[in-house]
Amino acid sequence: MNIIIPMKRVPDTAIQVTVKDGRVLLDEVETWVINPYDEYAIEEALRLIERQGEGKIIIVTIGPEAAQETIRKALAMGAHEAYHLLDDAFEQLDPLGRARVLAAAIEKIGEYDLIWPGFKGVDNDEGQTGVMVAEFLGLPHVSTAITVEEVADGHAVVKAEAEGGYRRVRVPLPAVVTQTQGPNEPRYPTLRGIMGAKKKPLTVWNADDVGVDRDELEPVVEVLSVERPPARKAGRILEGEPEDVAKELVRLLHEEAKVI
Amino acid sequence: MTADPYAELRDGVRRLCARFPDHYWRRVDGDGAYPTEFVQAMTEAGYLAALIPEEYGGAGLGVAEASVILEEVNRSGGNAAACHAQMYIMGTLLRHGSEAQKRAYLPAIARGEVRLQAFGVTEPDAGSDTAAIRTTAVRRGDRYVIRGQKIWTSRAQHSDLMLLLARTTPLDQVRRRTDGLSIFLVDLREAVGQGLTIRPIETMINHHTCELFFDDLEVPADNLIGEEGKGFTYLLDGLNAERILIAAECIGDGYWFIERATQYARQRVVFGRPIGQNQGVQFPLARAYAHVRAADLMRFEAARRFDAGLPCGPEANMAKLLAADASWEAANAALQTFGGFGFAREYDIERKFRETRLYQVAPVSTNLILAYIAHKVLGLPKSY
Repeated sequence: MNIIIPMKRVPDTAIQVTVKDGRVLLDEVETWVINPYDEYAIEEALRLIERQGEGKIIIVTIGPEAAQETIRKALAMGAHEAYHLLDDAFEQLDPLGRARVLAAAIEKIGEYDLIWPGFKGVDNDEGQTGVMVAEFLGLPHVSTAITVEEVADGHAVVKAEAEGGYRRVRVPLPAVVTQTQGPNEPRYPTLRGIMGAKKKPLTVWNADDVGVDRDELEPVVEVLSVERPPARKAGRILEGEPEDVAKELVRLLHEEAKVI
Repeated sequence: MTADPYAELRDGVRRLCARFPDHYWRRVDGDGAYPTEFVQAMTEAGYLAALIPEEYGGAGLGVAEASVILEEVNRSGGNAAACHAQMYIMGTLLRHGSEAQKRAYLPAIARGEVRLQAFGVTEPDAGSDTAAIRTTAVRRGDRYVIRGQKIWTSRAQHSDLMLLLARTTPLDQVRRRTDGLSIFLVDLREAVGQGLTIRPIETMINHHTCELFFDDLEVPADNLIGEEGKGFTYLLDGLNAERILIAAECIGDGYWFIERATQYARQRVVFGRPIGQNQGVQFPLARAYAHVRAADLMRFEAARRFDAGLPCGPEANMAKLLAADASWEAANAALQTFGGFGFAREYDIERKFRETRLYQVAPVSTNLILAYIAHKVLGLPKSY
């Protein structure tokens, strides 16, 4: 069983990025991490392989030279090999372009049963790429998966989110499954994993290698600006006897906030 | 783009440590508990077997990498002292043990099934004057019989095996005072109650250190490490690795203090501006940071020499001295920056402050390092 995980590197979620003139200053970001939803996918894929007793996880990442560090982290977790899609033409992709490049690379890799990215990147929160990869490849897809429970008889059984509960669906393989937060905290690498990651195959492909036309990668969606939400005003604390405070609260909600 | 050759290793340790946040360490400190879950995680991830050669199931890494691992533990707000000895005490076994001993113990230590993280050296009447120890081991048939007492043997209650330094030839029958000492491997699981009593000592930090009483404890003669009478030499050549690793913990502490203090100094507003805008607050932090960075360089110089098999006594000792001083300076600067809040347990400054103070005293006191540098490096008359 071959599982391909299109993985994105995103600014460390623990840091605050700088937003200036309607843009995020990505050059200033020092630490990059595996997109958390992709990391949940890797964890669930590793567990699936452990349960099934066989299988291989292949990471595919679009990104600059430095993205290799993030790719190595996925290999240290236990992924088996990786493809780094590196080309100047890949620098300013919109979700459509990203899906086009990923789909071409996946087609070139050839053998796969599951394509299993996170359901969105936590940088732009677009949530389009995985679904569009399925379209490009003409594959069925299951979105907001919690995990793939089982792979048997050419089908996968996927547990996915539904409002207020779960849905369990069966889908023929190959298929695209996009991962939401999984039930298991992604593992941290072991020392053996970190050392072994350096020896695992990592192939670098450019636009010519994957066979995409650079002219087709022009973004069709233009981001006009990125903005922070307006700063929230400080709250007010009412003091006094409970009865008086309650009355005053109701009055303020009615007259000032106009919510009741 | 980072040029740090240890970036991946640091990242891995950080991710493990992130599962053990401040409140975890605050709780074990408050309860006087051993951080079992943390030590378990470190063991399972293979970090404590970093220095064990690959043929015995370890990672076969150098002291430089091992030091980065321990640095990151302390830098995360944790306390590597709970488990650092699992890394380096086995070095004595590795360098001087027989092949049979190594095959019997090292793979199990690497897998974490067996803990070897106690080394009984210091005694109530012999502090840094190791040759003056009074614990004796007397050969009787195929066994040695051990009598005596040890103090400040850390983690003895959380270890399966310990190494023990004992005198096998009486002081008045040896040519040099340091002759006639031997190292034994003691299986604590069998020894406790059979001639060994362990009594924990309560201390100002959560360190799990003990007094040990040996009352005719019998140890198989096969458990002698190397040759009888050469224990002091074996002990000495394990010390450089220990110095470098402890220096790294100090450096981790130093970075932790400075990071917490600068963060606080940026946010804490007094007299209408962040206190970090005042030079009286800035300068001590800047100075401490410079000293931590300098100690960091000396640590890597010492580790480089150690891993290349070059003599590194002066560098290892200086790294420990500089790092311990720098972490203590950073601790004080941080406590001063936090003011009253630094004393509140929930800020963790007071805990780390207590923990890093230990490094002025153990595993080697600052004075002894100075005496060593004065004598061995500068050629001044011996003072100790």
